[in-house]
Amino acid sequence: MSSATMTGSQIILRALKDQGVDVVFGLPGGVTIPLYDELYQQNALQHILVRHEQAAVHAAEGYARASNKVGVCLVTSGPGATNTVTGLVDAMMDSIPLVCITGQVPTALIGNDAFQEADTTGITRHCTKHNYLVKSVEDLPRIMHEAFYVARTGRPGPVLVDIPKDVILAEGKYSGPSKVEHKTYRPKIKGDFSKIKKAAKMIAEAKKPIIYCGGGVINSGPNASKLLKQFVKMTGYPCTLTLMGLGAYPGSDNQFLGMPGMHGTYEANKAMYDCDLMVNIGARFDDRVTGRLDGFSPNSKKIHIDIDPSSINKTVIVDLAITGDAGHVLEDLIKAWKSQQLTPNAKALKKWWATIEQWRDVDCLSFKEMKSKIKPQYFLRRLGELTKGKDVYISTDVGQHQMFAAQHLSFDEPNRWLTSGGLGTMGYGLPAAMGAQAAHRKAAAICISGDGSFMMNLQELATCMQFNLPVKTFVLNNKYLGMVRQWQEMFHEERYSETVLDVNPDLVKLAEAFGAKGIRITKPDQVDKAIKDALAHDGPVIVDVMTDAKENVFPMIPAGAAHNEILLGPKDVPDDAHDDDVGGMVLT
Amino acid sequence: MNAMNDIIRYHTVSVLVDNESGVLARVIGLFSGRGYNIESLTVAEVDADKKSSRITIVTSGTMQVIEQIKAQLERLVPVHRVVDLTVDGPAVERELALVKVKGIGEHRVEALRIADIFRARVVDSTNESFVFEIVGKTRKLNAFIELMQPLGLEDVARTGVAAISRGKDRM
Repeated sequence: MSSATMTGSQIILRALKDQGVDVVFGLPGGVTIPLYDELYQQNALQHILVRHEQAAVHAAEGYARASNKVGVCLVTSGPGATNTVTGLVDAMMDSIPLVCITGQVPTALIGNDAFQEADTTGITRHCTKHNYLVKSVEDLPRIMHEAFYVARTGRPGPVLVDIPKDVILAEGKYSGPSKVEHKTYRPKIKGDFSKIKKAAKMIAEAKKPIIYCGGGVINSGPNASKLLKQFVKMTGYPCTLTLMGLGAYPGSDNQFLGMPGMHGTYEANKAMYDCDLMVNIGARFDDRVTGRLDGFSPNSKKIHIDIDPSSINKTVIVDLAITGDAGHVLEDLIKAWKSQQLTPNAKALKKWWATIEQWRDVDCLSFKEMKSKIKPQYFLRRLGELTKGKDVYISTDVGQHQMFAAQHLSFDEPNRWLTSGGLGTMGYGLPAAMGAQAAHRKAAAICISGDGSFMMNLQELATCMQFNLPVKTFVLNNKYLGMVRQWQEMFHEERYSETVLDVNPDLVKLAEAFGAKGIRITKPDQVDKAIKDALAHDGPVIVDVMTDAKENVFPMIPAGAAHNEILLGPKDVPDDAHDDDVGGMVLT
Repeated sequence: MNAMNDIIRYHTVSVLVDNESGVLARVIGLFSGRGYNIESLTVAEVDADKKSSRITIVTSGTMQVIEQIKAQLERLVPVHRVVDLTVDGPAVERELALVKVKGIGEHRVEALRIADIFRARVVDSTNESFVFEIVGKTRKLNAFIELMQPLGLEDVARTGVAAISRGKDRM
């Protein structure tokens, strides 16, 4: 608390403690040895040693999303720092609060091409919300506290603090978090109440409304989800959630229409297209959701509630914009609704729901179960069933399995679903689940992966074993890079260029090589037992789920198409579908 | 709302930032990373006590793009204020250019005459050349340089636009 003199290492650890950090994910190196020495001599902060720095960042991301706290990772200079770049871009895209501490060569050597030197602040300047190079130990306490403030305030994001070795070793005075006052960065949290009143009126007058929410509601905290539920129930309106927002509203509730967008449900996409009022709370009109912009919800009025003013009118021009935190604005919206004694248009709403039910009857997520092959959809439905009501955190990697998981799993609470949305980073799943496990030791952390993605960070099985993080990984193994294969089948006449994974390790033997448990299943009647056995096992498990390679993700709104050009199944794909005249939206 | 997406406009944006290393790189990286245009840029410290600098950028784009640029700039942590001088009330804009013109005889005389009209000063002279210093709005400088073209224009060094709001209030 007082201004005692300490070494840089002690200042860093003290600052982390004062910021409420209990776990960091990291990997030591030359310039951070003094800091690790200090870490060894204390018990308050737990360090989880990863096997690749990219995993340290993804683990911090998973930790942050599962707990609404700031995730922290600690890596060394040079290659340690450059290995974090993918994770930092991922956190930037999905607005995850992180503080990444990187060691740096001594200040006198900076710019001299020293051993393990990299221009970390230069490289990460454009993939962090802000970054700092600590030039003197006098600045260290202030910068540490500022980093946390910036990471968690306003729209959350990753912050990098680059600390040279001589600063880590130097002695200086510590100052606590209360002394930090940021002179420039003070984002607006409370929305303009007169605009909120106007929004409430617009919402009450709508005849075909839809409430469209995203990751911003999750970032606001669990209370925002409670308020969202209250608001949606109060109005009786339909609600759709983006990939990043799943769980913000109970997935099992009838007013939830499913996810919108490229692989969203038919009813969600039709409702977004046909509505007369779209209320966007904490989502950013991402291109995966909007499809071709000139065909996006052409006849509706739009209200956009977002904490980041630069997200407003970025791609879709809206009629009423409210800058503010989702939770705060929802609270005010409910107040404004009640104080103006608004009621929805019951007659119009009944008609709108009747239309929506007709779209639901299309049953767009239906699939043909087979006796001889495991369909990924079947597997995921069984997983959802067998984990219902349990204390479970689920992460995914990227690709077809990710989309199937988003479609077929259901989340009634926020912070339970961890996925790489904006960047779509393969290799995210296992470390993210590890991070969630570290935040919730008593819960079950599950990673749903694909055989392509799983290879990217499988070394973290060692971390899971060493630190008793019993993550259950279910690899949906179709021996392909599935999502790309799907596009090649649909748009490139089945020319499967470099998507065939002929050689994959025997995942059961691989699990056992790490000392973990391995299970392989090939038939649908083995699914339930495998899931139960995996969940019951006291330690990390890999379940190799051999799935049907030919299964494609539907519905699909192809690149360059609008919402009403949705494809519901293989027979909907036109013969002449090509990538040539894509209006700007492509898979990668 | 169609006006947002039609005409390309030039706006002068004044950004007050922390005078810390890397801040200029961050601002420029924002422009290049998102494909925005920098027509001209000047930067200098304006307050030594508060350690702040002013970056004045002339950028171009549709109205929607300009609004995005301003929002993205405001979002940067070291940015204090973003002022769009083209929109937020009357402003004064000036640019300085050093123009080297090489010529003899009639061309040399004509160059001097035109410089006089434009109130450009001679800051260097040899028997065959002049360097003119000219201050004014961008359009004036462009006109002067164009007139020097056929008279032996050799080299130009320009500072980019510095701008400030009219009236007594701080920007």
